Amino acid sequence: METNIRKKRKAFVMEQDCVACGCCMKVCPLGAIKVHKGIMAKVNMEQCVGCGKCVKECPASIIELKEV
Amino acid sequence: MKKHWYDYLWILTPIYLSLGCFNILFAWLGLIFFFVPLIISIVKGTKGYCNRYCDRGQFFALLGGRFGLSRKKDVPRWMKSKGFRYGFLIFFFIMFFQMLWTTWLVFSGAESLRQAVTLLWTFKLPWQWAYSGTLIHPGVAQFAFGFYGVMLTSTVLGLITMILFKPRSWCVYCPMGTMTQLICKAKNGKSDPDTQKNYSRKVES
Repeated sequence: METNIRKKRKAFVMEQDCVACGCCMKVCPLGAIKVHKGIMAKVNMEQCVGCGKCVKECPASIIELKEV
Repeated sequence: MKKHWYDYLWILTPIYLSLGCFNILFAWLGLIFFFVPLIISIVKGTKGYCNRYCDRGQFFALLGGRFGLSRKKDVPRWMKSKGFRYGFLIFFFIMFFQMLWTTWLVFSGAESLRQAVTLLWTFKLPWQWAYSGTLIHPGVAQFAFGFYGVMLTSTVLGLITMILFKPRSWCVYCPMGTMTQLICKAKNGKSDPDTQKNYSRKVES
């Protein structure tokens, strides 16, 4: 039987293309995304609720929501 | 979210650009926007400038975001490629050194002062109203004209990509951002295990 329960979604950064500008960090309501050592943004998976604000904000469009 | 004092730094962009319309010597202040990010990345090894204090990024975010002057489309793939970002950094460097060379020529007396601001490395905008100096060396003024051109050019480019793509599209290929990121990479190395990959693995298993 098919269930209609949506899977949890989380933000994933394509780290190779990240410019570490920190736009995502500014919009994250939970402070779950941080720029790591000025190189790339990293998501704290425990805190991320998959709201997608960072996905919209990222100027390089390199964050996506994935079901986990 | 709580606003901090540094969330209002966007005001510096219009202030800087308008000061340069009254007196070109104010363009020298622009060196702050060059040295602060470099110092932060060298000393602290972070992109704290981009992340918090960058006035231009905030300015674009405000115009493109709150004022809705951006189409909010994805930047083209080539624009975020390493080749374009590093290429643009090198191009910017060459243009910057060419500007320094012109300044040097005026300093040494080989050339006379040109009271113009070069926009997009091509268009010479007459700017003589912003300069009346006699007390200072013409070389000092030449650097100001040149540097103001660099700042104006990058703001105009940033505004164009802000309108076409996302508000802070400039951040993707900003030469200062690319340079500070390179400094951070050199300083911090590609260390520590990738938290995201670990998480995916954990979920999969």
